[in-house]
Amino acid sequence: MSQEQEKNYLENGEGFASWFFTVDHKRIGIMYLWAIGVFFIIAAIASFLVRFEHLTPGQTIMTAHTYNVLFTLHGSMMVFLFIVPGVAASFGNFLIPLMIGAKDVIFPKLNLYSFWLYLLGAAVFMIALAAPADTGWTFYTPYSIESGANVILITFGIFILGFSSILTGINFIVTMHKLRAPGMTWDRLPLFCWAAYATSLLQVLATPVVGITLLLLIGERFFGLGFFDPARGGDPVLFQHFFWFYSHPAVYIMILPAMGIISEVIPVFSRKPIFGYKAIAYASLAIALISFLVWGHHMFVSGQSKLINVIFSVITYAVAVPTAIKVFNWLWTLYKGSIELSTAMLYSLAFIFLFTIGGLTGLFLGALAADVHLHDTYFVVAHMHYVMIGGTVFGFFAALHFWYPKMWGRMFDEFKAKIAFVLIFIGFNVIFFPQFILGTLGMPRRYFNYAPEFQSLHQLSTYGTWIGAAGFILMLWTLMRPLPGKAPGNPYRSLSLEWSMDSPPGTFNFDEIPTITEPVYNYGTKIEEES
Amino acid sequence: MNWLPVSASTFAPGVDFVLWLVTIISVISCILIGFLLVYFVIKYRRKSDNDQTPAITHDSFLETLWTVIPTILCIVIFIYGYVFYDQYTTTPKNAVEINVTAKQWLWTFDYSNGKKTLNELYVPIGQPIRLVMQSDDVLHSFFVPAFRVKQDLMGNRYTYINFTATKEGVFDIYCTEYCGTAHSNMLGKVHVLSKEKFASWEDGSAKKVQKASSNLPPAEVGRQLYSDKGCVACHSIDGADGVGPTWKGLFGKNRIFADGTSILADENYIKESILYPGEKIVEGYGPVMPSYKGLLEDSDITAIIEYIKSLK
Ligand code: HEC
Ligand SMILES: [Cu+2]
Ligand SMILES: [Cu+2]
Repeated sequence: MSQEQEKNYLENGEGFASWFFTVDHKRIGIMYLWAIGVFFIIAAIASFLVRFEHLTPGQTIMTAHTYNVLFTLHGSMMVFLFIVPGVAASFGNFLIPLMIGAKDVIFPKLNLYSFWLYLLGAAVFMIALAAPADTGWTFYTPYSIESGANVILITFGIFILGFSSILTGINFIVTMHKLRAPGMTWDRLPLFCWAAYATSLLQVLATPVVGITLLLLIGERFFGLGFFDPARGGDPVLFQHFFWFYSHPAVYIMILPAMGIISEVIPVFSRKPIFGYKAIAYASLAIALISFLVWGHHMFVSGQSKLINVIFSVITYAVAVPTAIKVFNWLWTLYKGSIELSTAMLYSLAFIFLFTIGGLTGLFLGALAADVHLHDTYFVVAHMHYVMIGGTVFGFFAALHFWYPKMWGRMFDEFKAKIAFVLIFIGFNVIFFPQFILGTLGMPRRYFNYAPEFQSLHQLSTYGTWIGAAGFILMLWTLMRPLPGKAPGNPYRSLSLEWSMDSPPGTFNFDEIPTITEPVYNYGTKIEEES
Repeated sequence: MNWLPVSASTFAPGVDFVLWLVTIISVISCILIGFLLVYFVIKYRRKSDNDQTPAITHDSFLETLWTVIPTILCIVIFIYGYVFYDQYTTTPKNAVEINVTAKQWLWTFDYSNGKKTLNELYVPIGQPIRLVMQSDDVLHSFFVPAFRVKQDLMGNRYTYINFTATKEGVFDIYCTEYCGTAHSNMLGKVHVLSKEKFASWEDGSAKKVQKASSNLPPAEVGRQLYSDKGCVACHSIDGADGVGPTWKGLFGKNRIFADGTSILADENYIKESILYPGEKIVEGYGPVMPSYKGLLEDSDITAIIEYIKSLK
């Protein structure tokens, strides 16, 4: 390829300014990756300490207040600084133009601006947390108003972060509408792009609610209007409605991109077209839309009316079905394939299994009678971590390994990476599986102290964090030390567009905008289908 | 190992039924998916780079199957979840009301006969009970795992729980809505008594029920009151700092107050601190301790004092 003369995007410019002021979508994606990586590690350390505290009931290494601060830090950083903006903004930026055959996103400067806003929002958020808040990541009123945690500043931080997400979302949507290469019809669009599209829709539509909440909080604090504080005639449950009206769609902002990732990885390492392309694409959109109508299932025991509870329960099950369909589609892609267990594939297969557990345990929580018992216990903690780690983080790790050659132009040590995977997989299950049982037994969440009969399960869960941490460190170690030699442009014989150029790509991706003539994932031979 | 707590209310079997139902569905689905995953990975592992693979992209039969079956299962789960929930939220006509007030980090129970208890709820077996609940401050949530009931409490409106206990015994009450520093110490107990025992608890004094403990040494009674009456939420006995000062070494120590005055901690000071906690605020702490006036008898206070004395 003629790109040999052109410098690749990593070499094209050196020093801080060449990155901080770049409009190259790939560099912006990489900067997001570093930023969310840092927050992920800080938040993970907080959770490690929280788990360590649970080795014994009562005080082990910290006071109740420190414990409360740490779990707040862990939850809010993971959600607002890592997982919501994370996968979409990092891999989305890097991949979407490459996958649709464009030289960049449609508004490159806006894209850089979004990244700056992300940094600004993160800074405000960190300053606000330094208070330090001990409210839990949900910031429920009136405790959050009374506790001295600066909810307004925190919300303001989330608001700025939200702006960044909205702008990124708009950028992605318009890019996918306007910059698809000739022949890249919607039904040839890679599923990662479909997922990013659905995610972007959610970001654009749901995030403004954070802004409204912020306005109401300001009205309450500075103008004495009673919205959420019972002391002023407000209703604390209203805050929960606002919170979940944003945060429930946000759950899908977190998981959809990971679903997109594994929809890319599985066909490549099975050498099969993805099973039910349309079903997966439409399921993404269906999930995105229905997700706006289920927020009340977080509030079955909050005091909202019985009728509303019933309605939310019904709609919640309506989301379960498209999700189940996706799982079976991924599974059936393996059928009669030629399966290679690369590290990225291992993470993707683990995703299918763990996400299935996460989804199935959601069925418990959607059932009204069962939720009354399980709400706010460790069952919920385990359920959401199966979805958020077993789902999103495993998907994210799959992406880190899968597109590693494309991003960095080097290969990594697959063997070490697989050992790391095994440790992470085991560690994860040892941490969270016992928590399901803690939950059904009635152990409430956010408990510094606990009854002695729960100790053995708590200890088991804590041991899991040590295994998981060892795996994570090994993974980082492996990825930080690439193998010598340059990576080939297409090490996996993938048919997707992003593998059609050198690794790493040149600054403008394609010398010439390609013309697409085949469906995406065009693996395998057509013989059987005709019979 | 048991994965469910004891079942001690009329609602519990319904909840357990739903839990079992979904567990069975989940385990079967997990085994099915896990099995297929491993089976495919082994059976169709890559033998060579030139493996021929069929380009299967659709299968109407399978796709219908895995749309219809999950839909049916979801409907079934929803219905059972709803039916038992409906029973739980419908108040029986003959239900007896008990008022519950939560505040950081205590439960108070007011009975229709004028009795008042702290952190200890007394109910007769077999009698439908309706808890009428509210919070004095932030959100709390009343949870009795053995009854499978849970409901948030808030400051601006009443919320309710219905239950009928089916087993005598003592069961845990947890606060399950995060409510601040001592959230995990906001604990209580439900005492389910036989009809006769309940009647004698009602017309006698609470002492009768506590009879068993009354021949214990006072310091021992004090130790029980320490956890039963919720002091444990804020005071430690091992020197650790909490919402309130530790009791370890408290007796006989010189106390310095927020207003700069000081006093030696003797019996009278401790009694005053329990009945009128707002009078003297220990330096470095907030005025958050509730008054126990009317909630503790003099003999209880004496017992607590003895207990504090014993914590050297
Ligand atoms: C909601 C938290 C809370 C609960 C529950 C609570 N206390 Fe306190 N207590 C405090 C705080 C805070 C202080 C220090 C401020 C003050 O002097 O009022 C305190 C102070 C005291 C003191 C004076 C201690 C000293 O160091 O001088 C005594 C004695 C005391 N409490 C006894 C009790 C007893 C007995 C109970 C249970 C029946 C109890 N407290 C329950 C919060 C609590
Ligand atoms: Cu509480
Ligand atoms: Cu609480």
